[in-house]
Amino acid sequence: MATTTTQTDIQESIVKQQKSEQRKKQILNLVLLVLLLLAPAVLYPVFLMKILCFALFAVALNLLLGYTGLLSFGHAAFLAAGSYTTGYLLSSFPALTTEMGIVVGTAASLLLGLVFGLVAIRRQGIYFAMITLALAQLVYFFFVQAPFTGGEDGMHGVPRGYLFGLVDLNDNNAMYYFVLAVFLAGYLLVQRIVGSPFGQVLKAIKQNEPRAVSLGYNVDRYKLLAFVLSAGLAGLAGSVKTVVFQLASLNDAHWHMSGEVILMTLLGGTGTLLGPVVGAGFVVTLEYQLSQGPLGDWVDPILGAIFVLTVMAFRSGIVGEIQNFMRKNMS
Amino acid sequence: MTEILGVPVAVLSGQLMLGIINGSFYALLSLGLAVIFGLLKIINFAHGAMYMLGAMCTVLLFDAFGVNYWVALFLAPVIVGCFGIVLEYFLLRRIAGQDHIYSLLLTFGIALILQGVLTNIYGVSGLRYSMPEVFRGGMNLGFMFLPYYRAWVIVAALLVCFGTWFMIEKTRLGSYLRAGTEDSQLMQGFGINVPLLISLTYGFGVMLAAFAGALAAPIYSVSPVMGSNILIVVFAVVVIGGMGSIAGAVITGLMMGVVEGFTKVFYPEGSAAVIFLVMVVVLLIRPSGLFGKEA
Repeated sequence: MATTTTQTDIQESIVKQQKSEQRKKQILNLVLLVLLLLAPAVLYPVFLMKILCFALFAVALNLLLGYTGLLSFGHAAFLAAGSYTTGYLLSSFPALTTEMGIVVGTAASLLLGLVFGLVAIRRQGIYFAMITLALAQLVYFFFVQAPFTGGEDGMHGVPRGYLFGLVDLNDNNAMYYFVLAVFLAGYLLVQRIVGSPFGQVLKAIKQNEPRAVSLGYNVDRYKLLAFVLSAGLAGLAGSVKTVVFQLASLNDAHWHMSGEVILMTLLGGTGTLLGPVVGAGFVVTLEYQLSQGPLGDWVDPILGAIFVLTVMAFRSGIVGEIQNFMRKNMS
Repeated sequence: MTEILGVPVAVLSGQLMLGIINGSFYALLSLGLAVIFGLLKIINFAHGAMYMLGAMCTVLLFDAFGVNYWVALFLAPVIVGCFGIVLEYFLLRRIAGQDHIYSLLLTFGIALILQGVLTNIYGVSGLRYSMPEVFRGGMNLGFMFLPYYRAWVIVAALLVCFGTWFMIEKTRLGSYLRAGTEDSQLMQGFGINVPLLISLTYGFGVMLAAFAGALAAPIYSVSPVMGSNILIVVFAVVVIGGMGSIAGAVITGLMMGVVEGFTKVFYPEGSAAVIFLVMVVVLLIRPSGLFGKEA
């Protein structure tokens, strides 16, 4: 029975390897968490919060793009829906606590995601991208003309308010830890989704949709659910962003924003958990640094060049390339 | 003054006219997209930028060299088309056969670069291009006033659209193109230079966009951002029409221009959004688009 022993040996060594990899991942996550907790002592909290909001937005998109293989070119609509809903509620109803405003903003995006999803999942690939893009443009026009959005100027002076009626969010440090908590909740949720049987089906759909259909999965329902979840998380990012900056602007609804979040995800590494976070951090930092210097007007062309470079040269993104490198050289 | 549905006929026909003009541009642009998509399976996100380049080129040729309108109308598409071929050769070719998403993102990146660089040089406020002398004025049709240039735009756009349709559906070169979309390996086996064919197709699609841009230069404000918004509309037009047919792209383009024009009369606030609404309705009823072949 030589073959069986070798098989169990192999199995054991695989399990061992997986365990050691898991431990490495846990240590890495712990280090990152500590860094995030300590970060506001070193860096400007508002800048960090901007990164976290966009990181959550990119993580949400990645659930679709990286794990389900659906390229949504209209995710700005969900960011804006969450942003405007929360902004409107907190400005108009002073009695509302901040977290209520955020919850309703997220719910609005979930609902919008359901509507978008029902229309868009009927088509695949490029069509899917174009349909989400067009739907998002519809939402953009709505936000331009609706009476409560402030049109081109956007909605200013949204109060940050009190968390649970207790914690004063006007303190940047308090706000930072709240945003961090929301981000971590969203991140862990996506991690759980991706690791769950549901997430496995999503990956199967990405790899080979007809096969997933023939295995008996109701593919459309899975896609729709992934779409709605992603939309809700994007809305959450928008809601929190509005509270941080006390502003809901038309920029969030413009299709360039949809492109930018795709760039963040792609650049960091699609289909990796940490990738979108790294990508968002990179892009936000780059934009911030460029706007400070003489290259302020060149943000768009530079982002475009990064797009071209990423697609041409390192499609797995920063995190993906690092993983490939480790796999090649460490084992 | 006679009225239809409470709207003066002159207003209605004026908007109809504007609608057909806009529709002509939609038709030219979606036709270019359809041609490129047909053989390369690329959604050319840089199409709006190519349209913009065509218009900018027309203006700059005049400013720098005094090139007149008629020469520019020919020269601008050729220059931009050559630029397109260079792009295809150095960038797009290298990701052929990969997931469509990458070509979409690549062309999006190219569009960002072009638009951003030109914005930095010329600003967003728009350049002026004076109408060629021949087209000053217009004629009174009794129920409406028709400026000559607008009439010329419609005629020129329809001629080019018809020419393209004829070339693709009725000539030998067109049959190579269509065969290339079906099975490029087999075509290669017959001794057809498919990579060259692909380059030329991309160049030709880009030329159509640049031609639309050159046509637009005298009537629209020419600026580096002019392509960005029309592009999204054209994508919606393409989804409504369905990617299957060349004629479908043209007909849908004209139709959507008219729909937009009428909306401007009856519900001005909705005119920017109506095409996207039509798209949603069409998708719900016919997911493959009005002229789409695939199920």
